[in-house]
Amino acid sequence: MPPLVSVGDAPTLVERGRDAAGIALIALLLGIPMIGLSTVDQSGALRVLTRWPLLGVFVAVAFCGRLLLRYALDRLKSRLRTRGRQAAAASARHGRVLTAVGWLAFALALVLPLVFADNRYVVDIATTVLIYVMLGWGLNVVVGLAGLLDLGHAAFYAVGAYAYALLATQFGWSFWAALPVAGLIAAVFGLALGWPCLRLRGDYLAIVTLGFGEIIRVVLVNWTELSGGPNGISSIPRPSFFGLPFAPSGNAPTFASSFGLEFSPMHRLIFLYYVILALSLLTNALVARLRRLPVGRAWEAMREDEIACRALGMNVTNVKLSAFALGAMLGGVAGVFFAARQGFISPESFTFNESAIILAIVVLGGMGSQLGVVLASLVLVLIPELGRDFSEYRMLLFGAAMILIMIWRPGGILAHREPTLRHAAAGGGHA
Amino acid sequence: MALALQQLINGLALGAVYGLIAVGYTMVYGIIGMINFAHGDVYMVGAFIAVTGFTLLAAFGVSSVPFALLLVLAVAVLFTSVYGWAVERLAYRPLRGSSRLAPLISAIGMSIFLQNMVQLTQGARVKPVPPMITGGVDLLTIDGFTARLSYSQVLIVLVTAVLLVAFTWLITRTSFGRQQRACEQDRTMTALLGIDVDRTISLTFMLGAALAAVAGVLVTIYYGVVDFYIGFIAGIKAFTAAVLGGIGSLPGAMLGGLLIGMIEAFWSNYLSAEYKDVATFSILILVLMFRPSGLLGRPEVEKV
Repeated sequence: MPPLVSVGDAPTLVERGRDAAGIALIALLLGIPMIGLSTVDQSGALRVLTRWPLLGVFVAVAFCGRLLLRYALDRLKSRLRTRGRQAAAASARHGRVLTAVGWLAFALALVLPLVFADNRYVVDIATTVLIYVMLGWGLNVVVGLAGLLDLGHAAFYAVGAYAYALLATQFGWSFWAALPVAGLIAAVFGLALGWPCLRLRGDYLAIVTLGFGEIIRVVLVNWTELSGGPNGISSIPRPSFFGLPFAPSGNAPTFASSFGLEFSPMHRLIFLYYVILALSLLTNALVARLRRLPVGRAWEAMREDEIACRALGMNVTNVKLSAFALGAMLGGVAGVFFAARQGFISPESFTFNESAIILAIVVLGGMGSQLGVVLASLVLVLIPELGRDFSEYRMLLFGAAMILIMIWRPGGILAHREPTLRHAAAGGGHA
Repeated sequence: MALALQQLINGLALGAVYGLIAVGYTMVYGIIGMINFAHGDVYMVGAFIAVTGFTLLAAFGVSSVPFALLLVLAVAVLFTSVYGWAVERLAYRPLRGSSRLAPLISAIGMSIFLQNMVQLTQGARVKPVPPMITGGVDLLTIDGFTARLSYSQVLIVLVTAVLLVAFTWLITRTSFGRQQRACEQDRTMTALLGIDVDRTISLTFMLGAALAAVAGVLVTIYYGVVDFYIGFIAGIKAFTAAVLGGIGSLPGAMLGGLLIGMIEAFWSNYLSAEYKDVATFSILILVLMFRPSGLLGRPEVEKV
């Protein structure tokens, strides 16, 4: 328990040492069974390996790390005490700065593939980031605006992806025709999930959505006739440029031959990048508009106080279902794009980890903040990418980063949860 | 008939394990009102400690099964409760008092972290443990099928029953139990009465982890295989069990665990093993639709 009266004196060296020694002891206890000891399979029987030097290093790092961290935190605390006031004034400018950053990010996103036109890796990563942005924006409607905790968003992603894959491979539908249809199918699934969840709150809702996500995945794994089971569906047709395929010149007109360009596989990647950019901008515009319509106001009102909404005669059922349906539809559209880009999908891509990552993007970004989703997607996609050199550690780093970012900024990177209504009124506009 | 009896026994053993993990969920939910998402992985850590413990004892030539079992249980409980403490200290305490979602995200991060840490330090391959407790009693033979109660199943049910009694005593009769229940009701008021709330919450996490460690040891003996991914699915099932029984209620968690175990055993035998998880979750959804506070939970009154 923290002391009630904080004393200004810095702790003595002995106190710091004792504190760090305590942490080192904990590190030792944590490390013995996992780092100090390990079992290896040797011709069918397990044998114990010991790694005491490694454990020693781990404990030493914990000791020194704690000393440094404590010291840094104490320094920071005393500095914050003197500076606390200035922060309040800064937040007033916050809104305008964010708008500027948003436009800057938009401009960068527009020119990125032109600058990196011959760098396949960068365009690929950027496309991945945008898929997550789109997924994050879809989930943001459910979690950030309507305040419904959804841990199964990957299910709608999967529904969209499989809907396109089946429509395209079995019935020969084109990407553009399948896009809205698959989105609608995902929305229907959203309604199917939303309906039993109407009465549930908070964590109950979380576990039911999680269960729903698992049900979809298990069905995809086991219903082999429909989904190909664990092998998934391969050779899904890629989108064409309004009917012109991206292929080396042949008899039929292709994108390259129609525009008099040298064929390059980069054309398709850049086209895909712009498709997902357009889709996500459309999503953003749609959500921004909806927030100003009665239904969007109703979402935010329900997030703040469901009972008050009921008392005012709002139809909470419709409000919840519309949020689920829209979120699911956006997830489904992202799924269609994912399937078209990869050309191959399997249930592996739609595990709970995927749902957790999408939710993490929404929460890390700051719930309800559209720009926050973009930042969080960048962070969460780039951390594993930067960790590629030591690839075994990338998911470890990912988990650690999730914890650290939450401790650093519990409300998300761009934490401010302001109802749109007050925002508009303060700006002098008509609400 | 014999087949049904066999499924009943299997379901009971499996359900006891789920119940032990579910108690950890339900206690933590009771005291801080949130899902400890990393709890399933704490259970997985416990199972790995059991694997290492049994292998070490075998290397030292300990052949007495009860001695080995007790020693491994004690060691696993000790180390795993340190993990429980660390999870709370790192992922939850800094976030106490922030929004409901923040600790959930850090808990998911912790779950990913623990899984990958174990995968890195212990290897990604499945760990086989030679069966220690063999044999059993044949109960009933009808039409050539024999229902068999193995000694490891007896052990699981016995250990679980003893722990449940001990736990009920701890929560209802001891000073710690009173403090713990007081924290569940009103943390501020409890702190004003001079009870160290942080310490109580830490102890609750450690107790939950200790039970999860016992579940881990029992599963290691029962199935004989452990890998770094077992925590996820067992965690979800156990949480389902806690919700089914009524979250916050200790007997409810146990009842929910047993029900989930039975449903799984019967479903995978009579209907289809592939869709057993679907069955579990569908039943969860149905229960929540018609009885949102679970089977033994008190209905929560919504206040403005």
